[in-house]
Amino acid sequence: MISLDSAESSLPRRLGGASIRGRLISTLIGFGTLAVVTCVLAPLVGTTSISLTRVFDPSIPFEQNVDAQIFFVARLPRVLAGALVGSALASAGVVFQAMLRNPLATPFTLGVSAGASLGAMLVIIFGGAFALGPLSAVPAASLAGAAAATAVVYWLATRHGHAISTSVLLLAGVTLNSFLSAIIMFVQYLADFAQVYRAARWIMGDLDIGGYDSLLAALPLVIAAFGLFALLPSSLNLLSVGKDAAAARGVDVPRAQRLAFFSASMATAAAVSLAGPIGFVGIVVPHLVRLLVGVDHRIVLPASALFGAAFLVACDLLARTLLSPVEIPVGVVTAMIGGPFFLWLLVRKS
Amino acid sequence: MAARAQKLVAFVALALVVFLLDGARAQNRAPASQPRRIVSLVPAITEMLFAIGAGPQVVAVSSFDEFPPEVKALPKVGALLDPDTERILVLRPDLVIVYGSQSDLGKQLERAGHRTFSYKHGGIPTTLNTIRDLGAATGHRAEADKLVSSLQTRLDAVRERIKGRAQLRTMLIFERQPGTLRSVYASGGVGFLNEMLTIAGGKNVFADVSKESLQPSVETMLTRAPEVILEVRVTRIAEKAPALEPDAWSALSSVPAVRNKRVHLLTGDYLVVPGPRLAAATEAYARALHPDAFK
Repeated sequence: MISLDSAESSLPRRLGGASIRGRLISTLIGFGTLAVVTCVLAPLVGTTSISLTRVFDPSIPFEQNVDAQIFFVARLPRVLAGALVGSALASAGVVFQAMLRNPLATPFTLGVSAGASLGAMLVIIFGGAFALGPLSAVPAASLAGAAAATAVVYWLATRHGHAISTSVLLLAGVTLNSFLSAIIMFVQYLADFAQVYRAARWIMGDLDIGGYDSLLAALPLVIAAFGLFALLPSSLNLLSVGKDAAAARGVDVPRAQRLAFFSASMATAAAVSLAGPIGFVGIVVPHLVRLLVGVDHRIVLPASALFGAAFLVACDLLARTLLSPVEIPVGVVTAMIGGPFFLWLLVRKS
Repeated sequence: MAARAQKLVAFVALALVVFLLDGARAQNRAPASQPRRIVSLVPAITEMLFAIGAGPQVVAVSSFDEFPPEVKALPKVGALLDPDTERILVLRPDLVIVYGSQSDLGKQLERAGHRTFSYKHGGIPTTLNTIRDLGAATGHRAEADKLVSSLQTRLDAVRERIKGRAQLRTMLIFERQPGTLRSVYASGGVGFLNEMLTIAGGKNVFADVSKESLQPSVETMLTRAPEVILEVRVTRIAEKAPALEPDAWSALSSVPAVRNKRVHLLTGDYLVVPGPRLAAATEAYARALHPDAFK
């Protein structure tokens, strides 16, 4: 959906296609293979070479098995986190772009990530250490921040009636983003250097989670969000043409919008609380997928989820190996690869 | 013609007088050998000034200054990123200590006729040289020399204590998200932290990284497998949640330091300041690394 015109012109043709099931299956097989291959290969590659026979050798106690620890403590959680975050951000991007009818929308447009960032900043800078079950302090605070920001934006956008006003949603979200960013700057200004550095680093995104606790904490939210996403594709197809057109074809517009808004916000919040606001995945992946498979959300949404996982896992692989033992922040890699590649596709297509 | 020549001579003479007078005034304005109103924007330097007896000459410090306790009573005039130029000027300082990257501020102050002293963190030799330079700049040369030689003596004493002992492969951590293994910052192979660690009988596992600090990934920490993890903290985060702290490292049980319970947590701001307390910090590192050498 580079422009909405193309979406409108191609929708009737694509929606009417009887071969949707066949296309869905072939797309899922293609993108699914890509995602699975990436996720299986990524833990095998790293700065150290490990021996797989040693990794899975039960005769060596885990405490003494460096290879197994590198595999299970360092790499596997990281790859799984990359897959989870990548697919959550990419699919949230698809949903927000369709719902707001704006190809420039990202998972971070509506202030969810700024809320999450403010929560994280407050804990990094003022907070001590606490833990809520598997959630440690920073992810817990960023989830709370994301929830608060989502609630504020939703409340503003539904002040006049039951339906969400997408224009108010967009403006409120963008304003909230700037407002919260200003508070973040102020909080950082009050802090001392080490904390500001840590806070700045958090904003660059980081998938090196060193264990499964935070992954398990984010997983239920992502699963719930994906469950809701499964209800969305048909109404998103019609919503992206226009509210009236969607209503005329029998879509319960307020309900569909609410569902889209909350599910995408939930996926974003979970992703950001786990890994920080990793940019570019939520905009580059959906557009790339649309360029490859067309605009039908029944195909775009699952394909983006799978491709987002593969994309972020691959980017993180580069982030952790290119300059070893120093790491490149993964957000830098996603932007450096995603940006030029996306521009190239854009120019090539036009 | 003669009248014009006379006028010209008179004009030149006048110009000369003005020039000379101005020169004399400039000389009056030139830095006194012993500044009486010092503003320090660098906490490490503030410590040095107080340690060489120039404390009473300090009239203002940076907003991050906390040591020695005397500085708490002094006005705070911003810091590295937000120096309050106006308040600094109002204090009419005759010496302003700026950090090396504050070149704009330095120029601005010099244009306003204030003497500046620019400083940048380096290794231990930089710290010792800076103490000597400050002594010369503030009229406390003898005290500065004395401080430098006492620091050298204490560092030599540490070297002597641990002589003949194995250099322990150590990872020196100075920042970490509490309760987790995320946002871990370690000392690289350059800078005063690395030098203090070396004197204290540690061998930095990141000696090959030619940076002052790095953020190692979990994989890198597992691969480098340090024998000792020395975690130095400015703030007392550990006390807020002592129960959470040992858990974080236990995930890396294949690391010898974790397996052999050689993760040491040291708390105190003196541990990471390249100032007069660096000998005390080095002693603390050495005690943690080689406790039996101090029995």
